[in-house]
Amino acid sequence: MVTRMNLLSRIVVVSFMILMLFYPHAVAAEYDYIDINNPFLRKIPLAIPWFKDMSEADAGNVLSVQLPDTLSETLAFTGYFKMLERQSFLMDPKNPDIIATHINFRNWTAIGAELLITGGVLVKDGQMETELRLFDTFKEKLIIGKRYKGSSDNTQSMIRRFCGEVMHHLTGNRGFFNSQIAFLSHREGNKEIYISDFDGSHPKRFTRHNSITLFPSWSSDGSWLAYTSYANGKPDLYIRNIKKKGETTLNRKGIQLTPAWVPGKFELAATLSFSGDQEIYLLTGGGKIIKRLTMSRGIDVEPTWSPDGKQMAFVSKRSGKPQIFIQNIASGRVRRLTFEGRYNTQPDWSPKGDKIVYSAMAEGSINICTIDVDGGQFSQLTENQGDNEAPSWSPDGSLIAFTSNREGRSRVYVMTAFGTDQRRLISLPGEQTNPKWSPNVIAN
Amino acid sequence: MRKKLWICLSLLVIVPGLLFTVSCAKKVVQSEPTAEEEAAPATEAAATTEAPAGPSDAELADQEKMAQEEAARQWEMQAEEDLRQTQMAQQAAKDEEMERAQMAAMQMFMSEDVYYDFDSSALTNMARNVLSRKAEYLRIDAEASVIIEGHCDARGTSAYNIALGDRRAESAKGYLIDLGIDATQLSTISYGEERPVDMGQNEEAWAKNRRAHFIIE
Repeated sequence: MVTRMNLLSRIVVVSFMILMLFYPHAVAAEYDYIDINNPFLRKIPLAIPWFKDMSEADAGNVLSVQLPDTLSETLAFTGYFKMLERQSFLMDPKNPDIIATHINFRNWTAIGAELLITGGVLVKDGQMETELRLFDTFKEKLIIGKRYKGSSDNTQSMIRRFCGEVMHHLTGNRGFFNSQIAFLSHREGNKEIYISDFDGSHPKRFTRHNSITLFPSWSSDGSWLAYTSYANGKPDLYIRNIKKKGETTLNRKGIQLTPAWVPGKFELAATLSFSGDQEIYLLTGGGKIIKRLTMSRGIDVEPTWSPDGKQMAFVSKRSGKPQIFIQNIASGRVRRLTFEGRYNTQPDWSPKGDKIVYSAMAEGSINICTIDVDGGQFSQLTENQGDNEAPSWSPDGSLIAFTSNREGRSRVYVMTAFGTDQRRLISLPGEQTNPKWSPNVIAN
Repeated sequence: MRKKLWICLSLLVIVPGLLFTVSCAKKVVQSEPTAEEEAAPATEAAATTEAPAGPSDAELADQEKMAQEEAARQWEMQAEEDLRQTQMAQQAAKDEEMERAQMAAMQMFMSEDVYYDFDSSALTNMARNVLSRKAEYLRIDAEASVIIEGHCDARGTSAYNIALGDRRAESAKGYLIDLGIDATQLSTISYGEERPVDMGQNEEAWAKNRRAHFIIE
C-alpha cells in the first residue's frame, strides 16, 4: 500500500512538473472562459470533488473534505460559477482521480461540468501540502496546476491564492481574494470603522473614537486608510497606516469629508470647507494642501479617481441639484455625467475605468445605478428592495458591495456588477453601512 | 458689556420685581407686631419675676428701668435684624428672578430651531423671523459664544448631507452677522443626517430634522 502511494505521488509530482512546463503556453488563450463585461453571463458549471488524501494513516482525511468545501464557497462567491452537487458525480468519492491521465472526462461532461478542480492533500508533522488542478472537461485539458505548502491552520490563504489563479486564468484578473472590506458598524452606539475579509468573514474593529466615524478610503497599496471622525467635536480628516502606529489629523475649520486616495500615489482628494465653501482639495498623505481642485461655489463632495489618476468624478450642486461631474485634472475641464434624476451621489469609479457606480434617489427611494464614463449606457442594479446606497467596486470590478435596508436594518450586501446574485455580506448584530472595498493586496 | 447686560435684564424684570418688593414690604409690616408680641411676653416675664422681689424702692425702680431699656434695645436689634433679613430675601428673590428670566431667554434661544426646505440651505421667511429673535437675544447677551449646528433629514446620502448641513449652519450664521451680530460670537458644525431629533420616516419627521440648532457654550 505504502509503495503504491509512493509510486502514485511520484507520478503525480512528475506529471505535475511536466504540466507546469507546458502551462505558460496554455495561459494566453484562456481569457475567453469568462467575459466579465457580459451582462448576460451564464454561470459556468464547475465540479469540485473531495480531495485525495495522500498522507499516511489518513492524516489528511479531514482536510480532504474541508478544503474542497472552502474552495467551493470561495469560488461561488464570485458569482461566475454554478457549483455542481457532489451526489451527482460519477466517481468513487473515496478515491478521486486527480490527474489528467487518470480522469475520465466523459464522467464529468456527462453531468454537465465544464470545469473541474481536483485536489490532493498531504499532511505530515503539522505541515500540509496540497496540489490543485483546474481542468477544462470538454477539451480534456489542464488549465492550471499549483502546489502549496504550509502549516495546516493556514489552509484558507492557500485556497484563496489558488482561487486568485483560477480567476486570473478564466478572466484575466486576479480577483479579490486578498482584499478586505472596511465598513461602518453602529454596534456600540457610535459609528466606528470595522474591517473584514472580502467575504465578510473575520470582522475586526478598526477605530475606537467613540464618536461618529465615516467615509473610510483605502490607499491603492492597501496600507493606508483615510476617514472622517467627529472625535474632536467636528468632522476632521484622519489618515492612518493600517499596520503601523501613528496617524495624521487634519484640524482645520469647517468640515473635512470623503477622502479618496489618488491611485499609485501618497496623495488624496477630500472636501474641506475652511474657506466657507465645500470644495475638493488635493492633499499629501501627510495632510498638507497641494492645491484646490474644484472652483465652483456650492457643494462639491465625494471625489473618486479614474484608475489612471488623470480624472476625478465627484458630486456637485453647481447645477442646482446633486449630480455627478467628471473633471480632467490636467486641464481642469469639467463635464456633467448624470442627467437622469435629481439626486445622484456616492460615485465610485470602476477599477476597469469604464463605468461609474452611484446611488440615485428617485420617488423617495435610493437605488444603485451604473453609467458609462462617457455618459453612455445607464443601468439600474437594484429595485423595489428598500434603500440601496453607498456602492463600492471589488478590486477586479466584478462585484459591488453596498448598503441596503431591504430587511429592515441597514446592512452590507454584495452583488455582481450587473446586479445579479444580491446577498447579505456581513452578519454582525446592529447596523452596518458604507462598505469600502480594498485593493487586492495580501494583508498580514 | 457684561454690566450693560445685567442692567438690561434687570430692567426687563423691574416691573414684576417692584410688585414683588411691595408685597414683601407688607410682610415687613406684618412682622412688626410679631416682634412686639415676642417682646411683650418678655416684659411680662420680667414683671412676674419682679413680683416676688418684694416692695418697690429706688434700686428696684432703676433695675426695672434698666431691664426695660434692655428689652427695648433688644427689640430694636431684633427689628433691625428682621429688616435686614427681609431685605436680603428681597435681593435674593430679585436675583433669582433675574436669573430665571435670563435662563428663560437663553432656553428660548436654544430651543427654537431654524427650519429648511429639502435639499436647501436657503432661509425661508419663517427662518428669518426666528433668526431675528436670535439676534435680539445676542444683542443683549453680547458675550455669549454660540455654536450653530446644521442638520439634515435622513433622506439623501451621508456625505452630501454633511455638506448641506454645513451650508445650513453657515447661512444662519451669515444672516445673524448681517443683523449686526459679531462673527466671533458664532461658530458652526454640521452633523448632516447623523443626529436626527425625530427618527420617523415621514415628512413631519423629516421637516423637524432639517434644521439649524443653536447652543450657547
